[in-house]
Amino acid sequence: MKIKILGTGCPNCVKLEENAKKALEELGKHAEIIKVTEIQDIMTYGIMSTPAIVIDEEVKAYGKISSIEEIKKMIE
Amino acid sequence: MVDVFYPFQWFADKVTYNLLNLSPETHLAGTINFVVYDVLKIFFLLIFMIFLVSYIRSYITPEKTRKLLGGKKGIFFNFIASLVGVVTPFCSCSSVPLFIGFVEAGVPLGITFSFLITSPLVNEAAIAVLWAIFGLKLTIIYVIFGMLIGVIGGYVIGLFKMEKHVADFVYKIKSKKLKEQEQTQKERLVFAKNEVTTILKKVWVYIIAGVTLGGLFHGFAPEGILAKYAGNSLLGVPIAALIGIPLYSNVMGMIPIIESLVAKGLPIGTALAFLMAVTALSLPEIIILKKVLKPKLIITFVAVTGIAIVLTGYLFNFLI
Repeated sequence: MKIKILGTGCPNCVKLEENAKKALEELGKHAEIIKVTEIQDIMTYGIMSTPAIVIDEEVKAYGKISSIEEIKKMIE
Repeated sequence: MVDVFYPFQWFADKVTYNLLNLSPETHLAGTINFVVYDVLKIFFLLIFMIFLVSYIRSYITPEKTRKLLGGKKGIFFNFIASLVGVVTPFCSCSSVPLFIGFVEAGVPLGITFSFLITSPLVNEAAIAVLWAIFGLKLTIIYVIFGMLIGVIGGYVIGLFKMEKHVADFVYKIKSKKLKEQEQTQKERLVFAKNEVTTILKKVWVYIIAGVTLGGLFHGFAPEGILAKYAGNSLLGVPIAALIGIPLYSNVMGMIPIIESLVAKGLPIGTALAFLMAVTALSLPEIIILKKVLKPKLIITFVAVTGIAIVLTGYLFNFLI
């Protein structure tokens, strides 16, 4: 599984990445977390509001900081 | 009329005269009373406005907006873009994705700029603080003129036909179709609540610092001191707008300070021009936009918005 965090590096993206890490920890799962910060790459996912979370190339949520609980549900 | 803010005054009086046991005649009592009252009022209005606008925002996403505005022409759509700009977030880090997304969906440049100008200029947090400090009437005027600047500014930029001056890579981006995210009522309310805490965490220090400085100035600076210096000078408005550009992050704290300057004689139009420049023409925003706009278009954007702001300032100094 690959988790991508899309965002140009504002504090919200950092928070989302932290939540994703914690969600993985709490589930005891491993996954690669990739930060996508280049605007060209972010835009190819069709979103305009960052931060966004992408799991296995599917946009799961955008324009908000998903909570640890929400991310857990996405992973499962 | 019932004063909805009365409980805050009651609380401020209790703190100043009972808890701290200060005599009402002293400068210090006046300042503390003023600071406590204003901070409470600002936080109350901030929570109310951010919650309300964030909830609306969960319905009017930029993803939906660009579908609506794609391929549209005419000043009416500049107005719609400006209206949507009011409810979208004011964080400068979101302006580039928004810009690219709009252009990619075929939204004309002028309409995109109407959105880009209004979005930071008229935002819920600034509205809340303006309302608390300057009152509802001036806040409504600010919102109307903020939107007008967006509509007219965007329209004028559209007339220049500067599509060539958008960075080339913008036109090459091809994005995937996005599945609109479905949200339950509960998720929308949680989103609105989270926005309140995120924004409050970001701005509370500036607000308390700003209100305190403003309060001190109110208490200690002589009446009319600024009328003497910044008074009717024609240069005051453009200078105020220029000073405003590099002061972005402190806008929430700026408002109470500016109010204390107005109370000491700074003309209201000059104050308005300053606050509008702080929000609409911030340096970080300009630097970020450089990624997608070539120099000529950036200069046009800054010049058109700047002129509109200065004219608004003159208008108010003339009228009020």
